[in-house]
Amino acid sequence: MNKGKAFIKRLTGYRLFLPIFCLVLVLISNLIKTPGFFEVTIKNGVLYGYIIDVINRASDLVILSVGMTLVVAASAGTDISVGAVMSVAGAVCCFILSGGQQTVNEFANPYILGVLAAILAGILCGCFNGFLVARLKIQPMVATLILFTAGRGIAQLITKGQITYIRVESYKMLGASIPGIPIPTPVFVALIVVLLTYVLLRKTSLGLYIQTVGINPKASKLMGIKSSMIIFLSYVFCGLCAGISGLVASSRIYSADANNIGLNLELDAILAVALGGNSLAGGKFSLLGSVIGAYTIQALSTTLYAMGVSPDQIPVYKAIVVVVIVALQSTELKRMINKLQINVKSGKKVA
Amino acid sequence: MKKREKLDGKVFLLIITILLFLVMYAAGLIIFNSKGFAKPQVFLNLFISNAGLIVIAAGMTMVMITGGIDISVGSVVAMTCMMLAWMMENKGIGAVTALLIVLIMGIVFGLVQGFFIAYLKLQPFIVTLAGMFFARGMTAIISQEMISIKNEMFLKWAKSKINLTFLGGAVNKKGVINYPFIYPSVIIALVTLIGIFILLKFTKFGRTIYAVGGNEQSALMMGLNVRRTKLLVYVINGFLCSLGGFLFALNTCAGFVEQAKGFEMEAIASAVIGGTLLTGGVGNVFGSLFGVLIKGTIETFITFQGTLSSWWTKITIAALLAFFIILQSLFAKAKEKQ
Repeated sequence: MNKGKAFIKRLTGYRLFLPIFCLVLVLISNLIKTPGFFEVTIKNGVLYGYIIDVINRASDLVILSVGMTLVVAASAGTDISVGAVMSVAGAVCCFILSGGQQTVNEFANPYILGVLAAILAGILCGCFNGFLVARLKIQPMVATLILFTAGRGIAQLITKGQITYIRVESYKMLGASIPGIPIPTPVFVALIVVLLTYVLLRKTSLGLYIQTVGINPKASKLMGIKSSMIIFLSYVFCGLCAGISGLVASSRIYSADANNIGLNLELDAILAVALGGNSLAGGKFSLLGSVIGAYTIQALSTTLYAMGVSPDQIPVYKAIVVVVIVALQSTELKRMINKLQINVKSGKKVA
Repeated sequence: MKKREKLDGKVFLLIITILLFLVMYAAGLIIFNSKGFAKPQVFLNLFISNAGLIVIAAGMTMVMITGGIDISVGSVVAMTCMMLAWMMENKGIGAVTALLIVLIMGIVFGLVQGFFIAYLKLQPFIVTLAGMFFARGMTAIISQEMISIKNEMFLKWAKSKINLTFLGGAVNKKGVINYPFIYPSVIIALVTLIGIFILLKFTKFGRTIYAVGGNEQSALMMGLNVRRTKLLVYVINGFLCSLGGFLFALNTCAGFVEQAKGFEMEAIASAVIGGTLLTGGVGNVFGSLFGVLIKGTIETFITFQGTLSSWWTKITIAALLAFFIILQSLFAKAKEKQ
């Protein structure tokens, strides 16, 4: 009994317990409801099935949540502009590739130029956010709110309020699959971003610096770490991730739809970070946790879609999950529950 | 000499805002004079089309004075409009009952958010971000299609003109005298604004709000009930959001999912432009009124100009918000140096 309790305590104390537990829970509930959930078939030389769809669709979110993790860890704030930055990146890329036309059947400019411009646009947005947060010391939420609302407007201006279509096979490859390889390309992109970030954080002291700044910016400044520089860099990196994610998302639909690319993804990214066991108050972080969190959320979304919930309605459930997770992290709640338990215990003794 | 010292800082920001509004309006008078910008009705339209925003910006100012923020307002407005439309059109509930229900809904919404923020000490933006997506999703759950309001009583509230005869009328082509007019929504908005002003300036509760925003620790040590104050502020804000939503519905007479998107930004921008500090402790609802009027003037410019896309409103507001935020932080830095 005691041993079992200790085991459970050790298990729940394990950092990645919450995200893995949630992922398993979602997958099991799917297995019961839709027996064919884990079936994988090959269609047109590409793997096909529910589970592949989850892994494929989650890629955008995984890339975003990597950037978001660093922002949350370093600045104890969130970047809510990521969805809008995605649409800006998609719009810039399509604008360059189409040369200002609305529908094109071949590239007006080299493909690589469009990709670089999109990533540059993401980085620029990140620089703007980072400048406001790190240099001017503005609350991250308000600073990123500016791009959150204006970003889609800028994207609309770039695409002139229309949807720009790029009907070229090689443009679709990033979002679909490369001929001959059965696994969808976005999965590789996500994998590369995660691995590179992981190596960057582990092989340099950047990861350690980010944690230090997140835990106590003043102390780390006294120690000689340029805390504002670290925070600035984390926002730039988040912008870069949003840019890459926007590229993938726009390639999926081979067009730039300023209104719909990355819609509501900012909540998903924050949710992925919170679900990954990272404190939204900054400090220590686990990249792997966020990645697992992102897959969990996509699995949840796919499950809800399969149950017939419309995309407009899904945020309701996600919002509830966010509040519950954040409330569980709160020390105030623990104190309240402890107080309640003591009251109940003492009440029993009196009785 | 002492008076002059007082001038810089918060008063200075407010003066900049009022000057900016006057300059913009004067510029409009010069540029669009041929299109009838000088008519009193154009000025009154600023109030008519922004009645809801005036109320919501007042609530936002209160929240921001405590050092918090509420980004759920736009979605709550959408939910309020949708609930009103759904109850009156699909359920046949009377206009008065429907109004009461949405006002109570707003209070409950504020109560829940306030509890999480004040008692569980969660970060306001995380809680209200969740609230924003929750309310928007709820709107979609109620109905995914647009519902237009045809309730007679509601339309009577919405469209009964109040002529302001003292401003002088103009005779139109048919020989009927047209006086400048406002709708009842403007009166509700202005009365609410004055009510909030009095609450903040002349009541014990209002002064507590400033104290909590200025320095929470000191307020606590002074024996003020910080938690209850914060909770009440969010409750009042929730009420004002649903009231603002009602005024918004009077304008649009419809409920749909995408309604009032980006409203939170406009409310926050109005408050910041009006001199409310993001760090809390400083703010004035009349400043926020000027913030709203500036936003309305930009919109009027874009309508009068005719060829610009409506997206420019959002981009200009965002640019103005960024400008004022930078201005604020420069002031803060200058103060630190002193």
